[in-house]
This record gives sequence, C-alpha cells and structure tokens, in this order.
Amino acid sequence: MLMRYTTMRIVQLIPLILVVTIVVFFVMMIVPGDPVMVMLGAVDGAQVSREVYDAMRLRLGLDQPLIVQYLHWLSNVLQGDLGTSITYRTSALEVILLRMVPTAYLMVGGLILAVIIAVPGGVLAAIHNKTKWDHLLTGFVVLGISVPTFWLALVAVLIFAVYLGWLPAIGYTRPQEDFLDFLKHIALPMSVVALNIAATVLRFQRQDFLEQMNQDYVRTARAKGLTETVVLWKHVLRNSLMTTFTVVGLQMAYLSGLITIVESVFNYPGIGYLLLNSIRTRDFIVVQGVVLFMVFLVIIVNLLVDILYTVLDPRIRYS
Amino acid sequence: MEAHSTNAATVFEPPAVQSPRISRSIVAFAARDRRFIVGVILLVLYIFISLIGSSISPYDLNAPNLDVRMQAPSSAHWLGTDRIGRDVLTRIIAGSQVSLQVAVGAVVMALILGAPLGALGGYIGGTFDALVQRVMEGIMAFPSLVLALALVALAGPSVVALWFAIAFSSVPRYARLIRSGVLTQKEREYVDAARAMGQSPLRILFRQILPNIMAPIAVQLTQDFARAITVEASLSYLGLGLSVPYISWGTMIRDAQDFLELAPWLAIFPGLALAGVILAFTFVGDALRDQMDPRLRASLTRRLA
Repeated sequence: MLMRYTTMRIVQLIPLILVVTIVVFFVMMIVPGDPVMVMLGAVDGAQVSREVYDAMRLRLGLDQPLIVQYLHWLSNVLQGDLGTSITYRTSALEVILLRMVPTAYLMVGGLILAVIIAVPGGVLAAIHNKTKWDHLLTGFVVLGISVPTFWLALVAVLIFAVYLGWLPAIGYTRPQEDFLDFLKHIALPMSVVALNIAATVLRFQRQDFLEQMNQDYVRTARAKGLTETVVLWKHVLRNSLMTTFTVVGLQMAYLSGLITIVESVFNYPGIGYLLLNSIRTRDFIVVQGVVLFMVFLVIIVNLLVDILYTVLDPRIRYS
Repeated sequence: MEAHSTNAATVFEPPAVQSPRISRSIVAFAARDRRFIVGVILLVLYIFISLIGSSISPYDLNAPNLDVRMQAPSSAHWLGTDRIGRDVLTRIIAGSQVSLQVAVGAVVMALILGAPLGALGGYIGGTFDALVQRVMEGIMAFPSLVLALALVALAGPSVVALWFAIAFSSVPRYARLIRSGVLTQKEREYVDAARAMGQSPLRILFRQILPNIMAPIAVQLTQDFARAITVEASLSYLGLGLSVPYISWGTMIRDAQDFLELAPWLAIFPGLALAGVILAFTFVGDALRDQMDPRLRASLTRRLA
C-alpha cells in the first residue's frame, strides 16, 4: 500500500520537475548579452580564453535547437552535474553541498525551536481563547508576520551583540572545532529563523486546536470522565499535531528564502550566503545551481511529508 | 466564528465562494473590527504620505549637510540625520513612494497574468487546464524570494523587473483562486440562465462570476501587497533593489547597519515604517478573512513563502 502510494507520488513528480527545470532554464536566458560570457561570469568586458569560451559554448550546446539544449542540460542536472563554478573552479554541486552543512544546522535547529515555541503557544492561545493569553500570543503572531526578517535580525544584533555583548554579531564556527562557540554563533540566526516560522505555525496550531475542541470525540472523551488536561493535551493535541506537521512541511519554500536573508545579515556561510555572493561575483552556474538545489529540496521535503502523513494517519487512504 | 468544526485535512482547500450580498456584508462586518479600522487608517496615511511625497519636508532629500551628520532625533530632525547629514524622516517619506509604486505594480501584474489563466483553465477545462495547473504547481515550488532574487540579479534592477520578479510567484495564487471560483459557479443555475440568455462567456465571467469571488480576492490582495512590500525591501536590503535616485527603506536599513552602534535610529525608523505598513495590510486582511469561511483563515498564513 505504502509502496504503491510512494511510487505513485514519485511518478506524479515528473511533470513538476519538468516545469521547474524549464523555468530555471529559460530564466537564465533573460540575461542580456552573450549567454556564453554570462554563464562564464564575464560580463563587464572581462577577457576569457578561447578554450574556456568554446568549452562553455559546447556545454550550453548553443548551436543546437532550444529543445535539444534543454534536454541535454536536464540530463546533466539529473545526473548531479550542475556545471563548474567560475569562482571556485570546482563542481558547483560540491560547492553547494559543502555550504549546505551550516544551512542544515540552521534550518533543522530553527524548525525544532519554532515547534517548541509554537505548539504550546498555539494550544495555550486556543484553550484561553479570547483572554489575555490569547491576545498576547496572537499579538506575537501578527508581529512575527509583519516585522521584516532582516530588520528583526538587525535589532537582535543591536540588542544581544552590540548592547549586551552576549553573542557574536556575525560569523560561524564548525561544531567539531569548538561546540560552545558554534552554539554562540548559531544562537541569533537560529532564533530569528525560529521566531519567524513559529509565528506562522502558532497561528495554525491555535486555529486547528480550536476546531478540534468542538469535535465529537472531545465530547465523548469528556463524557467518559477524563480530566480536562488529559482530553486537551493528549487527545486533542495528538490530532491537532497532524496539521502542525503539514504546516511545518509547507514552510520549506518560505524557509529557503528566510535563510537567504538571515545568512546574509549574520555572514553565516550557508547556501543562502553562497547564492548572494555568487550573484555579486556573477557566477551564474552557482546561482542556477543553488536555485535548483533549493527547489528540489522543497519538492523532496513535501514528498516526504505526504508519505509520512499516510504513515501517521491510517485513516488516509489515497486512491 | 471559532465554533465551526472543520476537518484538518480540508484546511488547504480553495476558499468557499460567497454571494455578492455576503461579500458586501463582509465589509460591513469588518468595519466593526478594530483591526480593520486601525489598518485602514494606517493605509490611508501611508498612501497619502507617499502621494504628497517629501515636498512637505523643509529639508532637501539628497543634498548632504555635513554640519549635522549622524544627529540623534531632535526637534529639528525628528528622526535624526544620516552619515552625510540628510534628514531621515524626509527620506522615509520618499521611500514610501518606491514601496507603494513597486507593490501596486507587482500586485496588478500578478492579477493580470494569473486571472486569465485561471479563468480560461476553469472554463475550458481538459488538457489546457491540466497544463496550466502543472505550470502553476511548478512555480509554487520555488521559494518566491529566491526566485525574485535570481530574476532581478539576471535582468538588472528596474521598476518593471521588480514588478515581474515579485509578481511571478503570486501568479499561481490568483490563477487558482479564480479557477476554483469559475469551477464552482460554472454549473450554477444563474450562470446557466445567463448562458441561455445568450450572454458571452466574458460577460458571464465579469458580470456573474467575478462579483461572487470578490471577497477571497480582496483577502489575497491584502496579503500580496504586504508580501510585495516585504520582498521589495528585502531585495533592496540585499543590495539588489533599485539604486539611486530611488530611495528604498530596505536600502536605508542596509546603509545603516554599519552604524548600528553609533546611530541605531538610522536602522530603526525605516524598519518601523516598513513594519507599520505590513501590519496595516495584515490587519485589514485578517479582519476581512475572519468574516469569511473559517476554512479560508488557514490559507492566509501561506503568504510570503
């Protein structure tokens, strides 16, 4: 059952992957100027050796019809060949994977922290609906959604690094080198990511919890004589967590944009920082690579969420 | 409102469709909502300020005045001065013009591109609809900020490039909204009647179907305005937005971050302006949404992405 569902979902991904890659392929064509020079990052009249130029021209297959160019490029991409970075002079995928490690810490840490804030927060707001607690938490949600991330990050730097001096303002230390220093460096960027995601998740958690509280099974559980604590925090929360789980999964695309900003503010060397740096150095192979990488990440996470959903909720039987 | 019980699995379905009378009453109800009133007041202020522009300020927008460099807020300079002595308030007022100009353009563009695709897909159905749906799903898989970033980086920063870059990821939202509206209304009796009367499909779309889906579109618009303003400021902050002579709040904050310790007001006030405008749109959108189908409430939070 699960195998068949998984296979079906993967097959369904084929048109999605086609669309996504076509978008990326054609977006790269909107650049004004000679595409070979652009892909080589040599835009402002820089000199490029004949050899390099011809190699790139061949790679792009510019003498071929567009559809052939695309298919050729797609087959390279699907085999993990995202091209060779101009600035790093090595495989773009390698560059990206290397930078993915700090980003993964930030994403996973941020998501976990967000859930830790949002789930109890959402439940409290729902249980104490329309009271001071609810207003306070809803206020947090509205602020979390309204305050631009980069500004929140700067204010955090101002308070915790500049005024209080508790944490470093920018940078990164690898955890295997000095774990405490790693934690100090990741604390601020991770908190900014977490607060941002938590606002959205809290809003869903509250809403869903409110709706669950009116379901028949809650009345049955209460009628059975279960205490309110058990009913709410065990029965209702367990059902409501399914939604939380989906919402967190759906945040993946947003999260990619979020880390790009956060990494830029904190000079945190992940793939978002790499993306911005590559835009600055006009290393379009890497720009293209990072965008593709992020989209594939989104697609894969959503696929996993879908599959896990069927595992967690036996009621769901997709046809 | 909270009493409606909705199955968790249906949370992400397209919004239910309202009749025109309900659409109107939504605005009437929302007008009693404090958030709606605060939001509308803030928005009117924002639009008014950006329309009259920085001409109301006694200070020159761009001319440096080195005698008053990096001054903290005072009675002469309410929000302080920057590193070459320009008045911060004057520049924030000028910045409102850029954010409004970019946001309006981006939202209109998303609507112009998305609405016909959704309407045609819903109306024609079949292969065309399936194709449009797949393309829309593909676009939705992209992180919108990252896509906008790449588009602007490639095309170079210009007002039109920003409109397109920001609009691009909103197109599917409008296409889907209008498609679902067309699909649910298409089979209704009043549409049949209109068709029997010999009205053209376009006329039916504008006169019959569109008025019925105005409420969810209005909510979507408020969210998209907020998103467009956020993305414009973020791009400018990252150094990819409009350059001089345009003044963007994002650029102001970017320039200010080197002086965070010396002159925090340079970063704080443009950020407050930005947050205030986004808050206003969020308030108005939330108030409208709360008067509609409770299931729609959930879809709001998916903006930004």
